[in-house]
Amino acid sequence: MPQMHENWYGFKPATWSTAVNVRSFIKHNYTPYDGDESFLAGPTRNTLDLWLQVRELSKEEIAAGGVLDMDTEVISTITSHGPGYLNKEKETIVGFQTDKPFKRALMPYGGIRMAEKACADNGYKVDEKISEFFSVHRKTHNAGVFDAYTPEMRACRSSHIITGLPDAYGRGRIIGDYRRIALYGIDRLIEDKNEQKATTEKVMSEDNIRLREELSEQIRALQELKKMAASYGFDISQPAKDVKEAIQWTYFGYLAAVKEQNGAAMSLGRTSTFLDIYAKRDLDNGVYTEEQIQEFVDHFIMKLRMVKFARTPEYNALFSGDPQWVTESIGGVGIDGRHMVTKMSYRFLHTLDNLGSSPEPNLTVLWSTQLPENFKRYCAKMSIETSSIQYENDDLMRMTHGDDYAIACCVSSMRVGKEMQFFGARANLAKCLLYAINGGVDEVSRKQVGPKYRAIEGDYLDYNDVMEKYDAMMKWLAEVYVNALNIIHYMHDKYCYEKIQMALHDRDVTRWFATGIAGLSVVADSLSAIKYAKVKIIRDETGFPVEYEVEGDFPKYGNDDDRVDNIAKDIVHRFMEHIRKIPTYRNGIPTTSILTITSNVVYGKATGSTPDGRKRGEAFAPGANPMHRRDTNGAVASMASVAKLPFIDAQDGISNTFSIIPGALGKEDRIFMGDLDIDLDCSTGACATPTLFEGLDAEDAE
Amino acid sequence: MKGYIHSIESFGTVDGPGLRFVVFFQGCPMRCRYCHNPDTWQPNTGTQMTVDEIMAKFLRNKSFYSNGGITVTGGEPLLQIDFLTQLFIRCKKEGIHTCIDTSGITYNPLNADYMAKLDNLMQYTDLVMLDLKHIDDEKHRSLTGHSNKNILEFVKYLDGKKVPVWVRHVVVPTVTDEPEYWDKLGRFMATVSNIKALDVLPYHTMGVKKYEELGIDYPLAGIPAREKELAVQARQAIINGMKAARSKK
Repeated sequence: MPQMHENWYGFKPATWSTAVNVRSFIKHNYTPYDGDESFLAGPTRNTLDLWLQVRELSKEEIAAGGVLDMDTEVISTITSHGPGYLNKEKETIVGFQTDKPFKRALMPYGGIRMAEKACADNGYKVDEKISEFFSVHRKTHNAGVFDAYTPEMRACRSSHIITGLPDAYGRGRIIGDYRRIALYGIDRLIEDKNEQKATTEKVMSEDNIRLREELSEQIRALQELKKMAASYGFDISQPAKDVKEAIQWTYFGYLAAVKEQNGAAMSLGRTSTFLDIYAKRDLDNGVYTEEQIQEFVDHFIMKLRMVKFARTPEYNALFSGDPQWVTESIGGVGIDGRHMVTKMSYRFLHTLDNLGSSPEPNLTVLWSTQLPENFKRYCAKMSIETSSIQYENDDLMRMTHGDDYAIACCVSSMRVGKEMQFFGARANLAKCLLYAINGGVDEVSRKQVGPKYRAIEGDYLDYNDVMEKYDAMMKWLAEVYVNALNIIHYMHDKYCYEKIQMALHDRDVTRWFATGIAGLSVVADSLSAIKYAKVKIIRDETGFPVEYEVEGDFPKYGNDDDRVDNIAKDIVHRFMEHIRKIPTYRNGIPTTSILTITSNVVYGKATGSTPDGRKRGEAFAPGANPMHRRDTNGAVASMASVAKLPFIDAQDGISNTFSIIPGALGKEDRIFMGDLDIDLDCSTGACATPTLFEGLDAEDAE
Repeated sequence: MKGYIHSIESFGTVDGPGLRFVVFFQGCPMRCRYCHNPDTWQPNTGTQMTVDEIMAKFLRNKSFYSNGGITVTGGEPLLQIDFLTQLFIRCKKEGIHTCIDTSGITYNPLNADYMAKLDNLMQYTDLVMLDLKHIDDEKHRSLTGHSNKNILEFVKYLDGKKVPVWVRHVVVPTVTDEPEYWDKLGRFMATVSNIKALDVLPYHTMGVKKYEELGIDYPLAGIPAREKELAVQARQAIINGMKAARSKK
């Protein structure tokens, strides 16, 4: 029997107790919870006081124009700042990115100009010595990328056929397994990393040299993390001994990551069921009460809501706001068939009651038909009250990623600590279609951006002709795109390496090489219009296509009509096939996503009129959504179209943004007499029509 | 045989139990002053669809409707009773819950041919949602252009057939907001045993735009959409009337 650490008392040993393996720990120790939410505790006085303080600071921040304070002199590292507090006496979970709340850190490694601009746009100025240092003496990720970019890549970038590339900002989308710190303590993790380093190959290939250098960086980051925790008065060298420490240790790991990286998405992982094991042990042993545990969770979530980065207005326009994507994945089902809902799943969602609703952290329920009924009801109730819960299909993702994956950003799934992602923004496939028509000439700038293929001649678009040219243009685009990403990720690893996050991964990680698609529904409808109606090209005096006139009606994506839905499927598959043919940096496994949840407006702005009748500058539909107002058969038909898109070709996620007013989701029980809920218990569905007098009696009893 | 269909809503959440596949039939003899679907009035227009075409659309997403079913509405679906019957026969073959949302206006006990057709259709109908516009005959005439006599008879007919009914009633300020008639409606409802639910709908103005598009004057111009409070009051009054009548029995 392996030596069990004293702080592991009561835990069932398994693989996890001899090797770093959080999933094994969870599997052997968690307790599924089938009950309802009645055990939950409200906010404590201290929680309310602290939250009031945060709300006041938020108000001040808004009044100050969006930023309350910025660091302009200290380069942010894990240990760069002394401890910061809201109110040390009242906080049960501590730690801020800088020495005080709402002060944004200076992170120049991604790019000094971006850091300078983020300051300048908010009325601050980066210390001159720092500017000079990062311009002259120390290269940044951004500078490295532009040293290697080809003129063609730059042209694609400035014409927005490839947009949002992480070449001047942190790529994010990496989730450290922050739970490891709580379970093992830093010393054990360093020991493990030393072991990994000692067992690398002996031949010093470029790959091996890089690996050895990275492992050294990781070990240093772990040592720094220990120091940072010590500055708050915690020794995290050993495993956490109770739930409070487990939350704090986990949070310190996350905090180190957001001190080091201003990434496009800095997600938390899948911590709730892990933490529940500690909470249950403490409850069983009378160490803490439910109220205390909820307080720790509330304070933890409060901290996650206060993660802030220095960003520019352009960045915020691209992402529609100032999101951090602190995504926490909740629930799901294990591959052993047991659901993974615990009391902690409830406690996390309950923060939306205790602290009020909030978009961050991005609480994401991994939904399965097998989740317990009580939890489903609770989620529905909380969604109705707060509109703050994201749902993702666990039944689909579990097939690929098992039962210890988490979501980075909004939909990118990866096994925690075992897989990471190279984030890759998106290619604008609608613009690519116009390039196919225009012979590679950008419809806005009129520059020859793509290859000078033969443009389409004549007045009407012919489907086969367009498809042939489009396929060739997609092939070109995929090549430029993937190769630009190869440069980006090479340079990001080199100049802006995610030390602490990768320290909380296995040595040999699987790297997903993410790409993305924008404008899918525009393309599908355009091709459908060309195929099933007649599309006339309107040319300007130089003969260049500027508008398209659609004569007749055509099937539109979003109505569960295979004629056009198959076109959408085919486009995703074709583009992905082109992507797959190109070698990727560090043998990343290519994936794509269809998930421009917010930037669809920006992409649309930069794209000319399209053959589906969409006018120049008009917004695209978000993600894989049908175009606005073109889905005329209701939500089921609309979603059925989206659901046909092949997940195997878009494994990084397919999003469908759907909003509905509560009144359209069902009858309000105050005016509808006859309890519709009775239907839920009826084995044959709607057969059991409720009787009016049952409803009446129930009312009288109240 | 083809039906004249206005449109299909694949995500109906308020038109019967569970999630409904809602087929809007084209054509209606009523001209209710608060009608929010004036675009469905004109008969013999819209898209012509076969039963097969409608069923194909339903069946490909069948799993969504496992706790719901098909609701036909409009327009007045009973205007196309032959087509509707064919549709429902197919639905029952597939084990789908069927619901008719109707004003009852086409009911005519003196027309033997029609009654035979209706008798037949009722074999395949699981639920009727009956929109009772007004309980008072005079007021009903002024509101819809028709007497409510046959409509109330229709309820009794359905009672005899043991077809469950959900009564719908739209509450419009100045038009159907008199407690006296709410009470009367409740008392009428107590006379039958097949009414399983009461759905009081607050008047809304979402149809106004359609009137503009169709170039029809909006009959209720100036009447604001009401908060649901009035509907809550109405529901209570109707139920009180129903209880009072029942307790006398």
